[in-house]
Amino acid sequence: MIKLENLHKSFDNNDVLKGVNITVNKGSSLVLIGGSGTGKSVTLKCVLGLVTPDKGRIFIDGRDVNKTDRDAFLSKFGMLFQGSALFDSLPIWQNVAFRLLRGPYKKLHNEARQIAIEKLRRVGLSMNVADKFPAELSGGMQKRVGLARAIFADPEIIFFDEPTTGLDPIMSGVINKLIREIVVEMGVTAITITHDMSSVRAIADDVAMLHDGIIQWTGPIGDLDCSSDPCLDQFVNGRANGPIKAIQ
Amino acid sequence: MTINGSLAYIGRNTLLFLAATGRIVLFVWNTLRHCVAGPFYWRELVSALVQIGWLSLPVVGLTALFTGGALALQIYAGGARFNAEAIVPSIVSIGMARELGPVLGGLMVAARVASSVAAEIGTMKVTEQIDALVTLSTDPMKYLTVPRVVAATLCVPLLVGVGDAIGIMGGYLVGTTRLGFNEVVYLKNTIDFLQTWDILSGMIKGAVFGFIIALMGCFYGMNSGRGAQGVGTATKSAVVTASVLILVANYILTEVFFTA
Repeated sequence: MIKLENLHKSFDNNDVLKGVNITVNKGSSLVLIGGSGTGKSVTLKCVLGLVTPDKGRIFIDGRDVNKTDRDAFLSKFGMLFQGSALFDSLPIWQNVAFRLLRGPYKKLHNEARQIAIEKLRRVGLSMNVADKFPAELSGGMQKRVGLARAIFADPEIIFFDEPTTGLDPIMSGVINKLIREIVVEMGVTAITITHDMSSVRAIADDVAMLHDGIIQWTGPIGDLDCSSDPCLDQFVNGRANGPIKAIQ
Repeated sequence: MTINGSLAYIGRNTLLFLAATGRIVLFVWNTLRHCVAGPFYWRELVSALVQIGWLSLPVVGLTALFTGGALALQIYAGGARFNAEAIVPSIVSIGMARELGPVLGGLMVAARVASSVAAEIGTMKVTEQIDALVTLSTDPMKYLTVPRVVAATLCVPLLVGVGDAIGIMGGYLVGTTRLGFNEVVYLKNTIDFLQTWDILSGMIKGAVFGFIIALMGCFYGMNSGRGAQGVGTATKSAVVTASVLILVANYILTEVFFTA
């Protein structure tokens, strides 16, 4: 279970998070929605320790993340970044098997390669791509490689940061389906950030909307269309007019 | 601008300078701390040795060759004013080994390596590759900074040594083909006047310059702003700061080595 309690974060004079409270139950998939610049990515980065919150606490399985061993904590995580964040200088299979090629989890080269190819196959990529470099792949294929890397260590928790941004609707559908399959099959706890409402409906068990630095609304996916929250209603239906001010 | 405005401007820039200095000092401390504590990424170190050392050899070699040749011409022309043309071999060798080899070699490596390191790491930061490293339980300081800093600290002295030899050879080629020196006499004068400490001091300078070059590349890359402009600014700052620090360090080391 992931629990965020009263999370605050400011950058210079900009208060991005003003007391975020989220609970994600073990094995469930939460989708975090909200306008651009509302702090969705900052929230995830706070959990991962990439950004230090000014105030508030984060618990994973009941343990405060600040009091746990960082390597052990990170070994439970997988993350798919918005731009895939593949390492340009490494071939695809080494990107996927990164953890097993260096550091404390190092394994034999061939063994790591075999596991990487197996994970690539799981996300629908053939072994032909294993020796290519990220720049040689399309955006959709890079996302799949990012997904293969995220699931490589059989994590307990996976974060997906805008997994379908920049993809065509068909490829978005493929990625959404893959994410849902993987979440269900592996029984992981997942948090996804997205603006894409078709992704929300495909991936989420629960939805939380971040607005003005706090969680404006949270509930199961089934309640998304029958909520009386005007902010959520405006966001879900993509209306220019409403309580959320858009730059005209 | 009013007096108050001028004072505010000076104060603001002083604070910015002190903050930047503090960040660099902390970065140096963190780098040194990570250099002595594992895990070590040997493959990245070998790759950095090739990138920084081996691939810088042509540019350092060419710089040294032409500098040695030009130095021979200048010393010959200057020496002719008081009938001291014979000092060309000794001054070329001492000048190359003590000053021009390390400084010009260092500046050329700074231009080549600090820029590429800052651009590479800056791009990695902008495209979230550094965040990805963290999520893969890999410390970016250990994986990106330490191999580059260690490689540059080891490679640049060797490049300086090779550059010294090529520079002296440049002087020899110009001296024997253009200035009428006898080949054997030129080499004998070079060997007789050149002392081990001349070469060693230049190589120590090279090690310090190598440390500065990689450190500045990594520092500005890690602190790069967003987008192409952020990476561009980081690259420019890395080269400029590394170059200035090389010249400052060169003066300090020369004071320590030759006037103490």
